[in-house]
Amino acid sequence: MHEPGPRHAQDSSPGAGRRAAGALEAEVLGILRAASGPLSPAEVRQQITAGQERELSYSTVVTIVSRLYDKGLLARQRSGRAFTYTAVDEATIAASRMRLALGSGIDHDAVLSRFVSGLSGRDTRLLRTLLADARDAAAVEAGGPAADPGGLAVNPGRPAADPGGPAVNPGRPAADPGGQLRERD
Amino acid sequence: MWLLYLPLVIPALAGLAARPLAALLEPRQATWLLTIAAVALAACSTVALAVLAAFTAARSPVLAALGDYSQQVIRRGDPIPSATGAIAGLALTAAAIAVTVLFRKRARALAESYRRAAELRADGSVVVVPGLAIEAYALPGRPGRIVVSDLLLDRLDADSRAALIAHEQAHLSGRHYLFAAAAWLAAAANPMLLPVARSVEYTLERWADEHAAAVTGNRGLVAETIGHVALLASHRPARAPSMALGIVGSHARRMSVALAGPVPRRVAALLTAPPRSRIVLLAACAVVVLLAGVAVLETTGDLHALLEVAQAGQ
Repeated sequence: MHEPGPRHAQDSSPGAGRRAAGALEAEVLGILRAASGPLSPAEVRQQITAGQERELSYSTVVTIVSRLYDKGLLARQRSGRAFTYTAVDEATIAASRMRLALGSGIDHDAVLSRFVSGLSGRDTRLLRTLLADARDAAAVEAGGPAADPGGLAVNPGRPAADPGGPAVNPGRPAADPGGQLRERD
Repeated sequence: MWLLYLPLVIPALAGLAARPLAALLEPRQATWLLTIAAVALAACSTVALAVLAAFTAARSPVLAALGDYSQQVIRRGDPIPSATGAIAGLALTAAAIAVTVLFRKRARALAESYRRAAELRADGSVVVVPGLAIEAYALPGRPGRIVVSDLLLDRLDADSRAALIAHEQAHLSGRHYLFAAAAWLAAAANPMLLPVARSVEYTLERWADEHAAAVTGNRGLVAETIGHVALLASHRPARAPSMALGIVGSHARRMSVALAGPVPRRVAALLTAPPRSRIVLLAACAVVVLLAGVAVLETTGDLHALLEVAQAGQ
Protein backbone atom coordinates (compact mmCIF):
# COMPACT_ATOMS: atom_id res chain seq x y z
CA MET A 1 0.00 0.00 0.00
CA HIS A 2 2.88 2.33 0.79
CA GLU A 3 4.89 1.64 -2.28
CA PRO A 4 2.35 2.64 -4.92
CA GLY A 5 1.47 5.73 -2.90
CA PRO A 6 4.07 8.15 -4.25
CA ARG A 7 3.78 6.74 -7.73
CA HIS A 8 0.04 7.26 -7.58
CA ALA A 9 0.53 10.83 -6.45
CA GLN A 10 2.83 11.45 -9.39
CA ASP A 11 0.39 9.87 -11.80
CA SER A 12 -2.60 11.81 -10.60
CA SER A 13 -1.81 14.77 -12.80
CA PRO A 14 -5.52 15.72 -13.22
CA GLY A 15 -5.87 16.02 -9.45
CA ALA A 16 -2.62 17.93 -9.19
CA GLY A 17 -3.74 20.08 -12.08
CA ARG A 18 -6.97 20.84 -10.33
CA ARG A 19 -5.09 21.83 -7.20
CA ALA A 20 -2.81 24.02 -9.24
CA ALA A 21 -5.83 25.57 -10.89
CA GLY A 22 -7.29 26.30 -7.45
CA ALA A 23 -4.06 27.98 -6.41
CA LEU A 24 -3.96 29.96 -9.64
CA GLU A 25 -7.55 31.07 -9.15
CA ALA A 26 -6.64 32.36 -5.70
CA GLU A 27 -3.60 34.12 -7.14
CA VAL A 28 -5.57 35.75 -9.94
CA LEU A 29 -8.26 36.79 -7.50
CA GLY A 30 -5.57 38.29 -5.23
CA ILE A 31 -4.10 40.28 -8.11
CA LEU A 32 -7.46 41.64 -9.15
CA ARG A 33 -8.38 42.54 -5.58
CA ALA A 34 -5.11 44.40 -5.17
CA ALA A 35 -5.46 46.15 -8.54
CA SER A 36 -6.62 49.76 -8.56
CA GLY A 37 -8.75 49.30 -11.68
CA PRO A 38 -10.04 46.68 -14.09
CA LEU A 39 -7.43 44.39 -15.63
CA SER A 40 -7.43 42.48 -18.88
CA PRO A 41 -6.36 38.80 -18.90
CA ALA A 42 -3.12 39.88 -20.57
CA GLU A 43 -2.35 42.28 -17.72
CA VAL A 44 -3.19 39.62 -15.17
CA ARG A 45 -0.83 37.21 -16.94
CA GLN A 46 1.89 39.83 -16.93
CA GLN A 47 1.56 40.31 -13.17
CA ILE A 48 1.60 36.59 -12.46
CA THR A 49 4.62 35.81 -14.59
CA ALA A 50 6.48 38.97 -13.58
CA GLY A 51 9.47 38.12 -11.42
CA GLN A 52 8.84 34.39 -11.81
CA GLU A 53 10.31 31.88 -14.16
CA ARG A 54 6.91 30.30 -14.56
CA GLU A 55 5.32 30.33 -17.99
CA LEU A 56 1.59 30.70 -18.14
CA SER A 57 -0.32 30.69 -21.38
CA TYR A 58 -2.76 33.44 -22.19
CA SER A 59 -5.57 30.93 -22.69
CA THR A 60 -5.01 29.49 -19.20
CA VAL A 61 -5.48 32.94 -17.71
CA VAL A 62 -8.59 33.48 -19.77
CA THR A 63 -9.93 30.13 -18.55
CA ILE A 64 -9.23 31.06 -14.94
CA VAL A 65 -10.81 34.50 -15.08
CA SER A 66 -13.89 33.20 -16.85
CA ARG A 67 -14.19 30.46 -14.23
CA LEU A 68 -13.97 33.10 -11.48
CA TYR A 69 -16.50 35.18 -13.37
CA ASP A 70 -18.87 32.18 -13.55
CA LYS A 71 -18.50 31.77 -9.80
CA GLY A 72 -19.60 35.36 -9.33
CA LEU A 73 -16.26 36.41 -7.85
CA LEU A 74 -15.36 38.74 -10.72
CA ALA A 75 -17.28 41.37 -12.63
CA ARG A 76 -16.34 42.11 -16.20
CA GLN A 77 -16.64 45.00 -18.59
CA ARG A 78 -16.19 44.97 -22.32
CA SER A 79 -13.20 46.97 -23.37
CA GLY A 80 -12.57 46.92 -27.07
CA ARG A 81 -12.55 43.34 -28.26
CA ALA A 82 -11.72 41.77 -24.91
CA PHE A 83 -13.11 41.88 -21.39
CA THR A 84 -11.51 43.52 -18.41
CA TYR A 85 -12.16 42.14 -14.96
CA THR A 86 -12.58 43.53 -11.48
CA ALA A 87 -12.91 41.63 -8.22
CA VAL A 88 -16.35 41.71 -6.71
CA ASP A 89 -16.48 42.98 -3.14
CA GLU A 90 -17.37 40.68 -0.26
CA ALA A 91 -20.88 42.00 0.32
CA THR A 92 -21.84 41.46 -3.30
CA ILE A 93 -20.36 37.98 -3.18
CA ALA A 94 -22.43 37.18 -0.10
CA ALA A 95 -25.52 38.46 -1.87
CA SER A 96 -24.82 36.45 -4.99
CA ARG A 97 -24.17 33.31 -2.93
CA MET A 98 -27.55 33.92 -1.35
CA ARG A 99 -29.13 34.18 -4.76
CA LEU A 100 -27.34 31.05 -5.84
CA ALA A 101 -28.57 29.15 -2.84
CA LEU A 102 -32.01 30.61 -3.19
CA GLY A 103 -32.21 29.06 -6.57
CA SER A 104 -31.72 31.85 -9.05
CA GLY A 105 -31.63 30.26 -12.45
CA ILE A 106 -33.94 27.56 -11.23
CA ASP A 107 -37.53 27.85 -12.25
CA HIS A 108 -39.00 28.20 -8.78
CA ASP A 109 -42.47 27.15 -9.80
CA ALA A 110 -41.10 24.09 -11.53
CA VAL A 111 -39.35 22.37 -8.64
CA LEU A 112 -39.33 24.28 -5.43
CA SER A 113 -41.95 23.81 -2.78
CA ARG A 114 -41.99 27.02 -0.84
CA PHE A 115 -43.15 26.90 2.73
CA VAL A 116 -45.60 29.72 2.13
CA SER A 117 -46.86 31.30 -1.03
CA GLY A 118 -47.75 34.94 -1.37
CA LEU A 119 -50.57 36.60 0.49
CA SER A 120 -53.08 39.03 -0.92
CA GLY A 121 -54.35 41.83 1.27
CA ARG A 122 -57.56 39.92 1.89
CA ASP A 123 -55.64 36.75 2.71
CA THR A 124 -53.56 38.70 5.21
CA ARG A 125 -56.62 40.01 7.04
CA LEU A 126 -58.26 36.61 7.02
CA LEU A 127 -55.09 34.93 8.24
CA ARG A 128 -54.78 37.38 11.13
CA THR A 129 -58.38 36.70 12.07
CA LEU A 130 -57.90 32.93 11.94
CA LEU A 131 -54.76 33.08 14.06
CA ALA A 132 -56.34 35.43 16.58
CA ASP A 133 -59.36 33.11 16.84
CA ALA A 134 -57.06 30.14 17.36
CA ARG A 135 -55.18 31.97 20.09
CA ASP A 136 -58.47 32.94 21.75
CA ALA A 137 -59.67 29.35 21.56
CA ALA A 138 -56.38 28.10 22.98
CA ALA A 139 -56.63 30.65 25.78
CA VAL A 140 -60.17 29.51 26.60
CA GLU A 141 -59.06 25.88 26.55
CA ALA A 142 -56.12 26.63 28.77
CA GLY A 143 -58.39 28.72 30.96
CA GLY A 144 -61.02 25.98 31.13
CA PRO A 145 -59.37 23.69 33.68
CA ALA A 146 -58.23 26.73 35.59
CA ALA A 147 -61.79 28.04 35.69
CA ASP A 148 -63.13 24.87 37.28
CA PRO A 149 -61.11 25.07 40.46
CA GLY A 150 -62.09 28.70 40.60
CA GLY A 151 -65.73 27.68 40.34
CA LEU A 152 -65.25 25.22 43.13
CA ALA A 153 -63.76 27.89 45.27
CA VAL A 154 -66.69 30.21 44.61
CA ASN A 155 -69.25 27.50 45.36
CA PRO A 156 -67.80 25.59 48.22
CA GLY A 157 -71.09 23.83 48.58
CA ARG A 158 -70.57 21.88 45.39
CA PRO A 159 -67.40 20.03 46.26
CA ALA A 160 -68.99 19.19 49.56
CA ALA A 161 -71.82 17.49 47.68
CA ASP A 162 -69.65 14.59 46.53
CA PRO A 163 -68.34 13.50 49.89
CA GLY A 164 -71.78 14.39 51.14
CA GLY A 165 -73.32 11.66 48.97
CA PRO A 166 -71.84 8.75 50.88
CA ALA A 167 -72.34 10.70 54.08
CA VAL A 168 -76.06 10.96 53.46
CA ASN A 169 -76.32 7.22 52.79
CA PRO A 170 -73.83 5.74 55.15
CA GLY A 171 -75.74 2.50 55.19
CA ARG A 172 -74.64 1.60 51.65
CA PRO A 173 -71.64 -0.70 51.74
CA ALA A 174 -71.62 -1.02 47.94
CA ALA A 175 -70.42 2.57 47.64
CA ASP A 176 -66.99 1.68 48.96
CA PRO A 177 -66.16 -1.17 46.57
CA GLY A 178 -67.33 1.11 43.80
CA GLY A 179 -64.87 3.72 44.91
CA GLN A 180 -62.09 1.16 45.03
CA LEU A 181 -62.94 0.01 41.53
CA ARG A 182 -62.79 3.53 40.31
CA GLU A 183 -59.48 4.00 41.98
CA ARG A 184 -58.11 0.88 40.40
CA ASP A 185 -59.24 2.10 37.01
CA MET B 1 -70.87 9.04 -31.25
CA TRP B 2 -71.59 11.46 -28.41
CA LEU B 3 -69.38 9.14 -26.37
CA LEU B 4 -66.44 10.66 -28.18
CA TYR B 5 -67.16 14.02 -26.60
CA LEU B 6 -67.38 12.59 -23.07
CA PRO B 7 -63.59 12.57 -22.54
CA LEU B 8 -63.65 16.24 -23.47
CA VAL B 9 -66.49 17.09 -21.07
CA ILE B 10 -65.29 15.17 -18.00
CA PRO B 11 -62.08 17.23 -17.66
CA ALA B 12 -64.26 20.34 -17.43
CA LEU B 13 -66.19 18.67 -14.60
CA ALA B 14 -62.90 17.71 -12.97
CA GLY B 15 -61.81 21.32 -13.21
CA LEU B 16 -64.93 22.40 -11.35
CA ALA B 17 -64.74 19.64 -8.74
CA ALA B 18 -61.00 19.88 -8.02
CA ARG B 19 -61.06 22.67 -5.46
CA PRO B 20 -63.96 21.33 -3.37
CA LEU B 21 -62.38 17.87 -3.47
CA ALA B 22 -59.03 19.27 -2.39
CA ALA B 23 -60.73 20.89 0.59
CA LEU B 24 -62.76 17.81 1.50
CA LEU B 25 -60.43 14.86 1.05
CA GLU B 26 -57.55 13.75 3.22
CA PRO B 27 -54.52 15.47 1.58
CA ARG B 28 -52.55 12.39 0.64
CA GLN B 29 -55.58 10.70 -0.89
CA ALA B 30 -56.59 13.94 -2.57
CA THR B 31 -53.12 14.30 -4.10
CA TRP B 32 -53.11 10.78 -5.49
CA LEU B 33 -56.67 11.04 -6.76
CA LEU B 34 -56.26 14.43 -8.41
CA THR B 35 -52.89 13.59 -9.95
CA ILE B 36 -53.99 10.25 -11.35
CA ALA B 37 -57.27 11.75 -12.53
CA ALA B 38 -55.47 14.63 -14.23
CA VAL B 39 -53.05 12.34 -16.04
CA ALA B 40 -55.77 9.84 -17.00
CA LEU B 41 -58.17 12.52 -18.21
CA ALA B 42 -55.43 14.28 -20.17
CA ALA B 43 -54.58 10.98 -21.83
CA CYS B 44 -58.25 10.31 -22.59
CA SER B 45 -58.91 13.75 -24.03
CA THR B 46 -55.75 13.54 -26.11
CA VAL B 47 -56.77 10.19 -27.56
CA ALA B 48 -60.28 11.55 -28.17
CA LEU B 49 -58.83 14.49 -30.08
CA ALA B 50 -56.65 12.11 -32.04
CA VAL B 51 -59.67 9.96 -32.94
CA LEU B 52 -61.67 13.02 -34.01
CA ALA B 53 -58.79 14.20 -36.15
CA ALA B 54 -58.24 10.72 -37.52
CA PHE B 55 -61.86 10.43 -38.69
CA THR B 56 -61.40 13.60 -40.71
CA ALA B 57 -57.94 12.70 -41.92
CA ALA B 58 -59.28 9.35 -43.11
CA ARG B 59 -61.29 11.21 -45.78
CA SER B 60 -58.15 12.35 -47.46
CA PRO B 61 -57.76 10.57 -50.80
CA VAL B 62 -54.01 10.22 -50.24
CA LEU B 63 -54.50 8.36 -46.99
CA ALA B 64 -57.27 6.27 -48.56
CA ALA B 65 -54.91 5.19 -51.33
CA LEU B 66 -52.08 4.51 -48.90
CA GLY B 67 -54.26 2.60 -46.47
CA ASP B 68 -56.11 0.87 -49.26
CA TYR B 69 -59.62 1.59 -48.01
CA SER B 70 -62.82 2.93 -49.56
CA GLN B 71 -63.40 6.65 -49.24
CA GLN B 72 -67.13 6.20 -49.87
CA VAL B 73 -67.54 3.93 -46.88
CA ILE B 74 -65.64 6.37 -44.69
CA ARG B 75 -67.78 9.32 -45.90
CA ARG B 76 -70.98 7.40 -45.21
CA GLY B 77 -69.87 6.05 -41.84
CA ASP B 78 -68.06 9.12 -40.56
CA PRO B 79 -70.21 11.03 -38.08
CA ILE B 80 -67.69 13.78 -37.41
CA PRO B 81 -68.02 17.14 -39.24
CA SER B 82 -64.71 17.92 -40.90
CA ALA B 83 -64.54 21.32 -39.15
CA THR B 84 -64.61 19.49 -35.82
CA GLY B 85 -61.90 17.18 -37.01
CA ALA B 86 -59.74 20.09 -38.12
CA ILE B 87 -60.18 21.86 -34.78
CA ALA B 88 -59.31 18.63 -33.00
CA GLY B 89 -56.17 18.34 -35.09
CA LEU B 90 -55.12 21.87 -34.18
CA ALA B 91 -55.86 21.29 -30.49
CA LEU B 92 -53.84 18.10 -30.62
CA THR B 93 -50.87 19.92 -32.13
CA ALA B 94 -51.09 22.68 -29.54
CA ALA B 95 -51.25 20.10 -26.75
CA ALA B 96 -48.22 18.26 -28.08
CA ILE B 97 -46.22 21.49 -28.24
CA ALA B 98 -47.33 22.63 -24.77
CA VAL B 99 -46.47 19.29 -23.19
CA THR B 100 -43.07 19.15 -24.87
CA VAL B 101 -42.18 22.69 -23.83
CA LEU B 102 -43.28 22.18 -20.24
CA PHE B 103 -41.58 18.80 -20.01
CA ARG B 104 -38.27 20.25 -21.14
CA LYS B 105 -38.63 23.17 -18.77
CA ARG B 106 -39.43 20.91 -15.82
CA ALA B 107 -36.66 18.46 -16.63
CA ARG B 108 -34.12 21.26 -16.92
CA ALA B 109 -35.28 22.83 -13.66
CA LEU B 110 -35.09 19.49 -11.89
CA ALA B 111 -31.60 18.81 -13.21
CA GLU B 112 -30.54 22.28 -12.10
CA SER B 113 -32.05 21.65 -8.70
CA TYR B 114 -30.14 18.37 -8.34
CA ARG B 115 -26.96 20.18 -9.32
CA ARG B 116 -27.54 22.97 -6.79
CA ALA B 117 -28.48 20.50 -4.07
CA ALA B 118 -25.21 18.65 -4.67
CA GLU B 119 -23.28 21.94 -4.61
CA LEU B 120 -24.71 23.07 -1.29
CA ARG B 121 -22.41 21.99 1.46
CA ALA B 122 -24.29 20.94 4.55
CA ASP B 123 -23.86 18.58 7.46
CA GLY B 124 -27.47 17.54 7.31
CA SER B 125 -30.28 18.11 4.91
CA VAL B 126 -30.93 21.64 6.13
CA VAL B 127 -28.97 24.48 4.59
CA VAL B 128 -29.09 27.86 6.25
CA VAL B 129 -28.32 30.71 3.89
CA PRO B 130 -27.47 34.24 4.95
CA GLY B 131 -29.37 37.21 3.69
CA LEU B 132 -32.35 39.39 4.20
CA ALA B 133 -35.01 37.12 2.75
CA ILE B 134 -37.74 35.29 4.64
CA GLU B 135 -37.44 32.12 2.66
CA ALA B 136 -37.80 28.39 3.12
CA TYR B 137 -38.14 25.72 0.51
CA ALA B 138 -37.30 22.18 -0.44
CA LEU B 139 -34.69 21.68 -3.15
CA PRO B 140 -35.07 18.26 -4.78
CA GLY B 141 -31.81 16.38 -5.19
CA ARG B 142 -29.77 13.45 -4.02
CA PRO B 143 -29.95 14.09 -1.17
CA GLY B 144 -32.58 16.78 -1.33
CA ARG B 145 -31.97 19.92 0.69
CA ILE B 146 -34.11 22.12 2.81
CA VAL B 147 -33.03 25.71 2.36
CA VAL B 148 -33.93 28.21 5.07
CA SER B 149 -32.76 31.79 5.38
CA ASP B 150 -31.07 32.61 8.67
CA LEU B 151 -33.36 35.59 9.11
CA LEU B 152 -36.38 33.30 9.10
CA LEU B 153 -34.76 30.85 11.53
CA ASP B 154 -33.98 33.74 13.87
CA ARG B 155 -37.64 34.67 13.97
CA LEU B 156 -38.87 31.17 14.86
CA ASP B 157 -38.73 29.33 18.15
CA ALA B 158 -37.54 25.71 18.34
CA ASP B 159 -41.04 24.22 17.97
CA SER B 160 -41.85 26.30 14.91
CA ARG B 161 -38.52 25.41 13.35
CA ALA B 162 -39.30 21.73 13.86
CA ALA B 163 -42.69 22.23 12.18
CA LEU B 164 -41.12 24.06 9.25
CA ILE B 165 -38.41 21.44 8.74
CA ALA B 166 -40.91 18.58 9.03
CA HIS B 167 -43.09 20.23 6.39
CA GLU B 168 -40.25 20.61 3.90
CA GLN B 169 -38.94 17.14 4.71
CA ALA B 170 -42.34 15.74 3.73
CA HIS B 171 -42.01 17.41 0.32
CA LEU B 172 -38.62 15.82 -0.23
CA SER B 173 -39.29 12.34 1.09
CA GLY B 174 -42.68 12.19 -0.64
CA ARG B 175 -41.15 13.35 -3.94
CA HIS B 176 -43.92 15.89 -4.16
CA TYR B 177 -42.39 17.65 -7.16
CA LEU B 178 -43.21 14.57 -9.24
CA PHE B 179 -46.90 14.85 -8.41
CA ALA B 180 -46.87 18.53 -9.28
CA ALA B 181 -44.97 17.89 -12.52
CA ALA B 182 -47.42 15.18 -13.59
CA ALA B 183 -50.43 17.37 -12.83
CA TRP B 184 -49.05 20.41 -14.66
CA LEU B 185 -48.08 18.30 -17.69
CA ALA B 186 -51.65 16.98 -17.77
CA ALA B 187 -52.91 20.54 -17.63
CA ALA B 188 -50.59 21.47 -20.50
CA ALA B 189 -52.19 18.72 -22.57
CA ASN B 190 -55.66 19.89 -21.60
CA PRO B 191 -56.07 23.42 -20.18
CA MET B 192 -59.43 22.45 -18.69
CA LEU B 193 -57.36 20.57 -16.11
CA LEU B 194 -55.55 23.71 -14.92
CA PRO B 195 -57.71 23.96 -11.77
CA VAL B 196 -56.84 20.32 -11.02
CA ALA B 197 -53.11 21.08 -11.23
CA ARG B 198 -53.54 24.08 -8.95
CA SER B 199 -55.44 21.88 -6.51
CA VAL B 200 -52.66 19.31 -6.56
CA GLU B 201 -50.20 22.05 -5.57
CA TYR B 202 -52.53 22.87 -2.69
CA THR B 203 -53.05 19.28 -1.53
CA LEU B 204 -49.28 18.75 -1.62
CA GLU B 205 -48.88 21.64 0.81
CA ARG B 206 -51.67 20.21 2.93
CA TRP B 207 -50.02 16.79 2.83
CA ALA B 208 -46.78 18.32 4.11
CA ASP B 209 -48.70 20.33 6.72
CA GLU B 210 -50.42 17.23 8.06
CA HIS B 211 -47.07 15.44 8.10
CA ALA B 212 -45.60 18.30 10.13
CA ALA B 213 -48.61 18.13 12.44
CA ALA B 214 -48.06 14.40 12.93
CA VAL B 215 -44.33 14.85 13.58
CA THR B 216 -44.76 17.69 16.05
CA GLY B 217 -48.00 16.31 17.44
CA ASN B 218 -49.50 19.78 17.39
CA ARG B 219 -51.78 20.97 14.61
CA GLY B 220 -52.16 24.37 16.21
CA LEU B 221 -48.40 24.86 16.22
CA VAL B 222 -48.16 24.12 12.49
CA ALA B 223 -51.04 26.50 11.75
CA GLU B 224 -49.41 29.18 13.86
CA THR B 225 -46.05 28.65 12.14
CA ILE B 226 -47.48 28.86 8.63
CA GLY B 227 -49.41 31.98 9.51
CA HIS B 228 -46.45 33.57 11.24
CA VAL B 229 -44.04 32.88 8.37
CA ALA B 230 -46.55 33.99 5.74
CA LEU B 231 -47.10 37.29 7.52
CA LEU B 232 -43.34 37.78 7.95
CA ALA B 233 -42.76 37.05 4.27
CA SER B 234 -45.54 39.30 3.05
CA HIS B 235 -43.92 42.37 4.62
CA ARG B 236 -47.22 43.75 5.79
CA PRO B 237 -47.16 45.66 9.05
CA ALA B 238 -48.93 43.90 11.88
CA ARG B 239 -52.32 45.26 12.76
CA ALA B 240 -54.78 44.17 15.36
CA PRO B 241 -57.30 41.81 13.77
CA SER B 242 -60.10 42.88 16.07
CA MET B 243 -61.82 44.92 13.36
CA ALA B 244 -62.10 41.97 11.06
CA LEU B 245 -63.21 39.82 13.98
CA GLY B 246 -66.11 42.12 14.69
CA ILE B 247 -67.34 42.10 11.12
CA VAL B 248 -66.91 38.51 10.06
CA GLY B 249 -69.31 35.95 11.47
CA SER B 250 -68.50 32.24 11.53
CA HIS B 251 -70.51 31.38 8.42
CA ALA B 252 -69.15 34.32 6.49
CA ARG B 253 -65.71 33.31 7.77
CA ARG B 254 -66.08 29.83 6.35
CA MET B 255 -67.15 31.28 3.02
CA SER B 256 -64.25 33.68 2.87
CA VAL B 257 -61.81 30.88 3.77
CA ALA B 258 -63.21 28.75 0.93
CA LEU B 259 -62.56 31.58 -1.50
CA ALA B 260 -59.21 32.65 -0.06
CA GLY B 261 -55.68 31.90 -1.21
CA PRO B 262 -53.86 28.72 -0.20
CA VAL B 263 -52.23 29.98 3.00
CA PRO B 264 -55.42 30.93 4.90
CA ARG B 265 -57.05 27.70 3.70
CA ARG B 266 -54.14 25.64 4.99
CA VAL B 267 -54.21 27.41 8.33
CA ALA B 268 -57.98 27.03 8.62
CA ALA B 269 -57.73 23.33 7.76
CA LEU B 270 -55.14 22.80 10.51
CA LEU B 271 -57.30 24.62 13.02
CA THR B 272 -60.20 22.23 12.46
CA ALA B 273 -60.39 18.48 13.04
CA PRO B 274 -57.94 16.27 11.12
CA PRO B 275 -59.29 15.17 7.74
CA ARG B 276 -60.97 11.78 7.52
CA SER B 277 -60.48 9.42 4.63
CA ARG B 278 -63.58 9.27 2.42
CA ILE B 279 -63.53 6.04 0.49
CA VAL B 280 -66.97 6.46 -1.08
CA LEU B 281 -66.15 9.87 -2.50
CA LEU B 282 -62.81 8.58 -3.80
CA ALA B 283 -64.55 5.64 -5.46
CA ALA B 284 -67.15 7.92 -7.05
CA CYS B 285 -64.42 10.09 -8.54
CA ALA B 286 -62.57 7.03 -9.80
CA VAL B 287 -65.75 5.85 -11.53
CA VAL B 288 -66.15 9.16 -13.36
CA VAL B 289 -62.53 9.00 -14.56
CA LEU B 290 -63.02 5.39 -15.66
CA LEU B 291 -66.07 6.51 -17.60
CA ALA B 292 -63.88 8.76 -19.70
CA GLY B 293 -61.52 5.86 -20.30
CA VAL B 294 -64.32 3.53 -21.35
CA ALA B 295 -65.71 6.17 -23.71
CA VAL B 296 -62.31 6.57 -25.34
CA LEU B 297 -61.85 2.83 -25.76
CA GLU B 298 -65.32 2.57 -27.24
CA THR B 299 -64.79 5.29 -29.83
CA THR B 300 -61.32 4.06 -30.72
CA GLY B 301 -62.99 0.72 -31.38
CA ASP B 302 -65.56 2.50 -33.57
CA LEU B 303 -62.86 4.12 -35.65
CA HIS B 304 -61.07 0.85 -36.04
CA ALA B 305 -64.27 -0.92 -37.06
CA LEU B 306 -65.10 1.77 -39.60
CA LEU B 307 -61.65 1.52 -41.15
CA GLU B 308 -61.97 -2.26 -41.39
CA VAL B 309 -65.34 -1.95 -43.10
CA ALA B 310 -63.87 0.63 -45.46
CA GLN B 311 -60.97 -1.64 -46.25
CA ALA B 312 -63.35 -4.50 -47.00
CA GLY B 313 -65.38 -2.15 -49.21
CA GLN B 314 -62.39 -1.34 -51.39
